[in-house]
Amino acid sequence: MQATASQSDPIISFRHVNKIYNNGTVGLKDINFDIPRGQFLVVVGLSGAGKSTLLRTINRMHEISSGEVLVDNESVSAYKGKSLRQLRRKIGMIFQNFNLVKRSTVEKNVLSGLVSYYPTWKCVLGLFSADDRKRAFQALTRVSLTKKIFARADELSGGQQQRVAIARALMQEPKIILADEPIASLDPRTTKAVMDTLQRLNREDGITVIVNLHSVELAQQYADRIVGLRAGELVYDEDIANVTTEALDHVYQTDSEV
Amino acid sequence: MSYPEMPQRPWSQRHHVRAIVWTLVLIILLALSSWATGADFGMFLANLDQFTVLLVQMAHPAWDYLSVIIQPLYETIQMAILGTTIGAAFAIPFSILAAHNLVSNKYLRGLIRFVLDLVRTLPDLLLAAIFVAVFGIGSTAGVVTLAIFSFGMVSKLFYEVIETIDMGPLEAMKSVGASKITIIWYAVLPQVLNQFVSYFLYTLEINVRASTVLGYLGAGGIGVYLQRSLDQFNYSATAMIILATLVVVMVIDGVSNHLRRVLL
Repeated sequence: MQATASQSDPIISFRHVNKIYNNGTVGLKDINFDIPRGQFLVVVGLSGAGKSTLLRTINRMHEISSGEVLVDNESVSAYKGKSLRQLRRKIGMIFQNFNLVKRSTVEKNVLSGLVSYYPTWKCVLGLFSADDRKRAFQALTRVSLTKKIFARADELSGGQQQRVAIARALMQEPKIILADEPIASLDPRTTKAVMDTLQRLNREDGITVIVNLHSVELAQQYADRIVGLRAGELVYDEDIANVTTEALDHVYQTDSEV
Repeated sequence: MSYPEMPQRPWSQRHHVRAIVWTLVLIILLALSSWATGADFGMFLANLDQFTVLLVQMAHPAWDYLSVIIQPLYETIQMAILGTTIGAAFAIPFSILAAHNLVSNKYLRGLIRFVLDLVRTLPDLLLAAIFVAVFGIGSTAGVVTLAIFSFGMVSKLFYEVIETIDMGPLEAMKSVGASKITIIWYAVLPQVLNQFVSYFLYTLEINVRASTVLGYLGAGGIGVYLQRSLDQFNYSATAMIILATLVVVMVIDGVSNHLRRVLL
């Protein structure tokens, strides 16, 4: 069973995590599971099921109402100020809308992944070391975008922008990458390029990757393990070997159909 | 093949009832307000020939007067640039603190906005009168007046620009572990810079015109000469001053358009 594998060395653990929004909406309901180091985990579920919220509780972009989220066996709730920034530094994040600064160059966007390693005044003046500029170039090499290094981000196609966003995350030297619907605004071919890149980072660098996806087919193709959310509840959790399409469909049923 | 008969337009639409009623209402309101304020249209028409006389005199600009006003005009431009730059520099931090998408503390934001409203309420002529009294006659008073006037105006324009930005890059920078200042520098400024420049130049243009009036109060620049020419009924000189100011405004407008294209 999954549980025995997780207990050995979980990088992330959810312990009775609840999230209730100010307007009373339940975001997450008693979430309990562990994510082992180096796993490629895909979270599936309908829009509004709480996938984005779940992802963002890990790097505290969203606060939880009760329970505990542990990263490297430490509760993230206690962090603030500098220690919170250091937590976020080891967790790269990829977004549906890429979230690049469109008017800045690709190089500057990639270097911006490093800012938590530098004091603020050096970031403002753009004083990055020659070594780090070389690393930015290497990060772009890994996502096959070296030719675009001095182009402005808005000159790039959607798939290229997402790869720049991955390069930015790589600069953080992350232990974890969170990807929130990374391919929702991309066409099928660029989707493959982006998912393959994430898979490579997972296999070659041992980065734990957690991806929110709509598509069950993609989930089955890339995941080591699939968890399903419905209305804020964890309703599905299987290793890829045990995943069946019929059982997954259950995740996508609305409450009235259950 | 037969088409269904086209429906008749209702009577009120055919006779433009709404447009006619609105026009009548506007005319009545205008007449009422002129009666209430005592503005006399009869006098306006009766004295129209005076205006024509003035126009005829102004139609012959005193071209040689240019050599006299070139130095004060230069001073006016310097005053405007200095005043606008100082005002805009102070406006940047204030506009960041006033933007609701950057500052979630609504009391701080409310306080900043109150200060900005207060600054904008002060008429520039009042400011000029005060600062002439404080700093004495000369361009220092003009620069300080323009700086405060631009600060109030530019802050509002700036924070409205900031409130329209894409919040995505801010979320990304936050997730990277960036500090607040770094987030503003990397994710906010690149998105607003070209509009900041454009509003800066617009304010500069307004300040060139405003400083001609400030000269009336002794705040330096071309205004002193404008006042003198009007006092001496030397309308050909007045026309020259207006023409020269127009050229300056047009140049700023041209630079502004060019920069906006380049920066976009």
